[in-house]
Amino acid sequence: MNMTQQKPDTLYFFGTCLIDLMYPQAGVSAIQLIQRAGVNVIFPPAQTCCGQPAWNSGYRDEARAVARAQIALFPKPIPIVIPSGSCAGMMKAHYPELFKGEADEAQALDVAGRVFELTEFLVDVLQIELQDLGAPIKVAVHTSCSARREMGVADKIESLLGQLSNVERVEHARKPECCGFGGTFAVKEPEISAAMVLDKTTHIRNAGVDRLVSQDGGCLMNISGAMEKQGNAIPSQHIAEFLWERTGGNAS
Amino acid sequence: MTSEFRLTVRENLAKAEVRANFYRAMDGLMTRRLDQFPDKVELERLRTQSMAIRANALSKLPELLEQLEANLTRNGIQVHWAETTDQANQIVLGIMQQHNAQSIIKGKSMVSEEMGLNHFLEALGIEALESDLGEFIIQLDHEAPSHIIMPAIHKNRVQIAKLFHEKFPDIPYTEDVDELTQLARRILRDKFYAAPVGLSGVNFMVAETGTLCLVENEGNGRMSTTAPPVHIAVTGIEKVVESLSDVPPLLSILTRSATGQPITTYVNMISSPRKPGEKDGPEEVHLVLLDNGRSNIYSDPELLATLRCIRCGACINHCPVYVRIGGHSYGTVYPGPIGSILEPQKAGLDVHGELTQASTLCGACSEVCPVRIPIPSILNRLRYDGVRKDAANTNTVGSGKRRTLSEAATWKTWAWAATHPALYHTGSKLATRFKGMLPTNLGAWTSVRTAPKLAESTLHERLKALGVDHE
Repeated sequence: MNMTQQKPDTLYFFGTCLIDLMYPQAGVSAIQLIQRAGVNVIFPPAQTCCGQPAWNSGYRDEARAVARAQIALFPKPIPIVIPSGSCAGMMKAHYPELFKGEADEAQALDVAGRVFELTEFLVDVLQIELQDLGAPIKVAVHTSCSARREMGVADKIESLLGQLSNVERVEHARKPECCGFGGTFAVKEPEISAAMVLDKTTHIRNAGVDRLVSQDGGCLMNISGAMEKQGNAIPSQHIAEFLWERTGGNAS
Repeated sequence: MTSEFRLTVRENLAKAEVRANFYRAMDGLMTRRLDQFPDKVELERLRTQSMAIRANALSKLPELLEQLEANLTRNGIQVHWAETTDQANQIVLGIMQQHNAQSIIKGKSMVSEEMGLNHFLEALGIEALESDLGEFIIQLDHEAPSHIIMPAIHKNRVQIAKLFHEKFPDIPYTEDVDELTQLARRILRDKFYAAPVGLSGVNFMVAETGTLCLVENEGNGRMSTTAPPVHIAVTGIEKVVESLSDVPPLLSILTRSATGQPITTYVNMISSPRKPGEKDGPEEVHLVLLDNGRSNIYSDPELLATLRCIRCGACINHCPVYVRIGGHSYGTVYPGPIGSILEPQKAGLDVHGELTQASTLCGACSEVCPVRIPIPSILNRLRYDGVRKDAANTNTVGSGKRRTLSEAATWKTWAWAATHPALYHTGSKLATRFKGMLPTNLGAWTSVRTAPKLAESTLHERLKALGVDHE
């Protein structure tokens, strides 16, 4: 498995469509964290989306066409790091299903086998050491369902934050529960999604934290969007951006 | 267009008391289950073992059903096959008519719910009385079960006290759970003595020995299956296991996953009618084996996993959608994650296909499933079957019926854009530059959230400036 991976000289970075448009600073921070640890980063500029939205909507041909365009971008036998449990889960767990019996199945399996979610890579492969330079702060962690259950990496974000001496992690009620995003679910079943995110924001607010962090942009967009609509939102941040800021990186 | 499902969901989301009942009950069930599995390694081992037992049984389902029938028949249990729920109802009616029975007392059975047996019999003037306390309660209120093992879980103590007071005005009002239970017990006790026929479900059928295994907590299952002179068991064809030794592991994980009990109060192993010289037990035992779409599910190697289910309800208890909308929102016999994969396959994607969308694919269900049914994967597969163009290539009922021209066109356009990077990135860049012109009212999304905020520039642009973007 990935656990035995040696620290590479160079890796591929897949930025995800959501981070590209909404959280580019998270993508930049993730790359800077990796570079600071002495690893070169390649960001193939032709990358777009992993294909998950169509895959989860049942449009497999369309998902495969988009996925096929992505797997062609990672030919070298080096890790592919993704700052999202959801997109990493799509490539790692679902590309093998999506390409089953296709002419390029072997290529898809090869790509799937090299995929790492960012926090997983920072902890297990880079064994990154972080020194907290920030002021005391209380944070709540929301781990995406795909990071927790599909990728099985929920403990990685916790261990990274655990290295930061001035960061106090505060547990919130029903922490492992889904925030109600679910991609197209939020659009197709908006009433249920609304009820779920309302409960999630209540639990996070009750924790009395200064900030919310997560390894997934989708959940952040959902939870922070709801808190902003309610007013008096708790600031939220992608884990990469938070780690980079806390450890002396400058916002670029 | 707002679907009937969404309208029901809206209505049920607004019922604060019912929502609180579900929340409280599911929290308790999740905690009790967790307490039963302190050793995670052992839990995962038992889940794998249980999955293997069920998968093995399904892999030789036709042979095991033949063996089961032969052994049940040898034991004196009469076996009946029903392809449809109509046929199953007629079989039950036929047996009752042979005995001139005008009433039937029932232990808990979800398959009888699937058959709509109570309504069928009541239309013919035959009384069908539920003896499981939860079922008894909802029958008083003319409701359907909201959960497969705790049918009245949507009601709290006070609501039940008021219901009892309304239905039995002679008895003083009480909110005491023990008194309420005793009241139901007294009413039911007389019914057990008088009923000519008792009905039950089945948890497992053992092919090797011709045994029907039934678990329950109230003793009403044992009463229903032993006090009346005739016992009719109804169940789905998938409930068979190969050997008697398959039962202990399944029982162990079933009760712990379901109610957080190490074992139920009663475990019934029914092997025959009353034998000469025995002092109790029914004179006749019948088993009605219902297909109702199961053979069709069986024919698909991927969807077959649906039939591994042992009906513990753990997926339901852990579902963040179910806990909010409640069991009645689904509009089906089986609610929650298992219902969302089973019901669309039974009735067709054109009938209950929207249930495949009623999930965030969070995976809380498959994480606890005692037989490792990959529920999110099956939901994904059914979403695919619902919109696929080559509907003839799958046996799933209602395949292709959920495909709409507008949605198909949307995904086609999306795929075209996402496979033309230069154009895609120009579009993204333009979106960030002209974000002030993007709509801020996005309907359902912005009813509880602000519109997604685009960044000042894309990641692609920033990385180009930093020189990271190369092949």
